[in-house]
Amino acid sequence: MNASVFGGLLAVLGREWKLALRHPSDTLAAVLFFVLVAALFPFGVGPAPETFSRLAPGALLAAALLAALLPLDRLFGAEAEDGSLDQLLLSGLPRGVLAAAKALGHWLTTGVPLIAATPIAAAMLNLPVEAWGVAMAALALATALLSLLGTLGAALTLGARRGGVLLPLLVLPLAIPAVIFGAAAIEAASAGLSAAPFLLLLGAGVSIAAPLAPLAAGAALQND
Amino acid sequence: MAAGQPILDVRELACIRGDREIFAGLSFTVPAGGALLLTGANGAGKSSLLRVIAGLLPAAGGEVLLEGAPASTDPAGHALRLRYISSQDALKPALTVAENLAFYAALWGGQVTPGPPSLEALGLGALASLPGRVLSTGQRRRLALARLGLAPVRLWLLDEPSLGLDVASVARLGDLMARHRAGGGAILAATHLPLPLPDARELKL
Repeated sequence: MNASVFGGLLAVLGREWKLALRHPSDTLAAVLFFVLVAALFPFGVGPAPETFSRLAPGALLAAALLAALLPLDRLFGAEAEDGSLDQLLLSGLPRGVLAAAKALGHWLTTGVPLIAATPIAAAMLNLPVEAWGVAMAALALATALLSLLGTLGAALTLGARRGGVLLPLLVLPLAIPAVIFGAAAIEAASAGLSAAPFLLLLGAGVSIAAPLAPLAAGAALQND
Repeated sequence: MAAGQPILDVRELACIRGDREIFAGLSFTVPAGGALLLTGANGAGKSSLLRVIAGLLPAAGGEVLLEGAPASTDPAGHALRLRYISSQDALKPALTVAENLAFYAALWGGQVTPGPPSLEALGLGALASLPGRVLSTGQRRRLALARLGLAPVRLWLLDEPSLGLDVASVARLGDLMARHRAGGGAILAATHLPLPLPDARELKL
């Protein structure tokens, strides 16, 4: 990767960051959605703390992935609407690098705040405090995987009618491994076992998706 | 570049959108320092032609050569040798005027300075720290056009550049275009309004 491509990637990333800081509503909406979904579970299950320990890992993962999906249909949609996508496509940046910058931007502005909010959601689901660290690590990897797959989904559904509905249908089935291994890691940690195998499997998923998803997203990116 | 070689050489270009042929067999050249005005009724394909030349739409046939190099062999390199100002202003309302422009300066090179050739080239100096969302239609258009003042390239593709501009801003745009042409650049502009482009040829689609 030469210097100008790296500089372009940083420019796109810096712009994403600045836009998220100026308009925190998207980020806040995702975080509040996450916390509220986690808060709803106890009402449905009733006052049975032991049930929560079975429920908490899966609920935490599902809530976080759904929350991270919220801003995805605007990822390229907003750029296409105001004409910025044309300029980005003509910026000379390889399209895969452009998609990678958008995926990383999505993770930094949505995934990282969700990780920060994990202790609140974990407390509501009565997750043992010993497992909070593993829960945050599992969510970090799971949201990274979702950012990558979601960028691909956003590029594919760009310009499609009802793209906002199509996107979750396309992305969530692919995110099933993230839920399985993420929840297994948290469950292992709350039982006092090692979570490392599951986290490593999640990490393997991220490292496969990290080069492939942006490449595919870049190939799918088109504005007409 | 060989002497006399045109900046833009369009050969037998064709474009199909959906099932409809927008244009076909279109050939023309724009020399260094030259300007070509695209005119024609709404829907005649002016914007599509600009997008095909920019590489944003696939050509159904024919080829586009920029400074002798075919666009299809190196799309990224092709994109770097032109500026395309579409009918959309491509501004972020949350960023200031200077930040909007600085983003493109970071991508393309060039400096955002208060004076010309950057912000003041289109009279935006006093607006530099205002957020994009408070700009008027004409001011937004001027900010989009200010991208032309960043790193120099040989070909400008302009889609209705003067739409919404006041008389003084059209004159500033005229100066900017005259400097570009004097420096050996070429301009291809789609427009319904008279543009300050002396001795421009006209292509009616």
